[in-house]
Amino acid sequence: MAQKALRIGAGAGYAGDRIPPALALAEKGQLDYLVFECLAERTIALAQLEKIQNPMRGFDPLLSARMKAVLPACMAHGTRIITNMGAANPLQAGKEVLALAKALGLHHLKVAVVLGDDVLATLQAEYLSAPLMDTSQTVADIQALLVSANAYLGAEALLPALQSDAHVIISGRVADPALFLAPLMHHFQWRADDWPLLGKGVMVGHLLECAAQITGGYFADPGYKDVPNLAQLGYPLAEVGASGDVIITKLADDGGCVTVQTCTEQLLYEIEDPTQYLQPDVVADFSQVQLEQVGADRVQAVGASGTTRPDTLKVTLGYRDGFVGEGQMSYAGPGAKDRGQLALDVVKARLADAGYGHFEARYDLIGVNAILGDTQPSYEPAEVRARIAVRVNTQAQALHVANEVEALYTNGPASGGGASKSVREVIAVASMLMPRSAVQTQTVLLGGSEEFA
Amino acid sequence: MLLRDIAHTRTGDKGDRSTISVIAYDRQNFELLERWLTPERLLAHFEGNAKGPVFRYSLPQLGALNFVMHNALGGGVTRSLALDAHGKCLSAKLLSLEIE
Repeated sequence: MAQKALRIGAGAGYAGDRIPPALALAEKGQLDYLVFECLAERTIALAQLEKIQNPMRGFDPLLSARMKAVLPACMAHGTRIITNMGAANPLQAGKEVLALAKALGLHHLKVAVVLGDDVLATLQAEYLSAPLMDTSQTVADIQALLVSANAYLGAEALLPALQSDAHVIISGRVADPALFLAPLMHHFQWRADDWPLLGKGVMVGHLLECAAQITGGYFADPGYKDVPNLAQLGYPLAEVGASGDVIITKLADDGGCVTVQTCTEQLLYEIEDPTQYLQPDVVADFSQVQLEQVGADRVQAVGASGTTRPDTLKVTLGYRDGFVGEGQMSYAGPGAKDRGQLALDVVKARLADAGYGHFEARYDLIGVNAILGDTQPSYEPAEVRARIAVRVNTQAQALHVANEVEALYTNGPASGGGASKSVREVIAVASMLMPRSAVQTQTVLLGGSEEFA
Repeated sequence: MLLRDIAHTRTGDKGDRSTISVIAYDRQNFELLERWLTPERLLAHFEGNAKGPVFRYSLPQLGALNFVMHNALGGGVTRSLALDAHGKCLSAKLLSLEIE
């Protein structure tokens, strides 16, 4: 007899994602699992900087708000939570969730923390001569500037936590689709070398990992692609069978839509070669996937497959890469474009006089050429915004750039208004490959009658 | 006719590469897309944004083409000085491409 479908919801697609749609899923989705994917490429490096300042931080800033919203409903309905909101400090994140659960009266709640993605010490000790991907540099070239190094763990790293009785599973860096593949492997007892099946599971994860991007978010184009009730956009859930076939859907009373169009856009999102979607657990193949509308806001996806997993794990390195000073100023009315261009020219000349001419810079007119480049037809806009951004070496230099733009108020063209300025340190990322054997993972259980590692 | 009349698009980013999917509203137009949207034509349309090369993958059963444009994002999201560092707006720029 066919096993009942596993119901997995996506509660977040990025660190700052909205909370009410996740709460709606927790309350009404009849979910087995609710997954929060919250780590972009650079997020861990920024979290690591925060942890250096304060050892009690370094995890997702919305962790408590999210958990406070969904924990009561998830505990009431037997829904387990999986998330990478641990970022640079999964253990502390786990403790936070446990403390929050106690405050909410959920005294039986248990948390499993998955460790091992942080490979900075291993990298520093043993991999300085390793090449960085997409450059001619080695790790040694950026060693002094390194902030973080995290391996993309696979679903296998989450399995011990799933085999425990933890209600909430928290990790740092895990490949996004693996957060969804892991409960499928656990529930249906999929083998870790059944590549076609793992490829199907990765597809489920890929379809869900950006949350609203499959229910009508990042999609609406009035008159061409209309999305009903976008303001109350819901997040997706998947009904997955033991054979890996899946239906993507959403709650009936949430806004948005799940159509072959939304699913096709998400299936191909950030996929390069569709026959080779590299993941820690499998090289997934989406090239033969077929999508079919099988009901209102219900799309079935079949045909994903996969081949043998890579021998290495991808490691993302965060490193300090100078500062950016930026400033903006608006011009409007007749001659707006000419005054905006004059503003850019003036600041460029002043920065050259100050010895900043050799720095990489952007001089844009927002409303004219900031996004599309200079290839568009010329026209006279009603208003423009001059924008200058310069990459420099120090914070003081970045502030100098920003101040030169602000100084356009009294030292630039007529009627400039609404100045803004910013100074930020650049945390760039690079990647390298590390043998699987160099990455050791560990599961720590918190809560219940005892705490043990 | 503009691409916008027969297809929808979505952009993503991987390092300094922009990925753009182009999906026919009507499968019957897929052959037209495949014939018209060559990597060369894409690169010309994105002059000033991407240096290339551009690679193309076909998914006929989805009525879709998937493009990967290299050297397209000012060194990548984390380094780029661009206002739209992810290149999210590039898929909309593609919709303005004239077809036939």
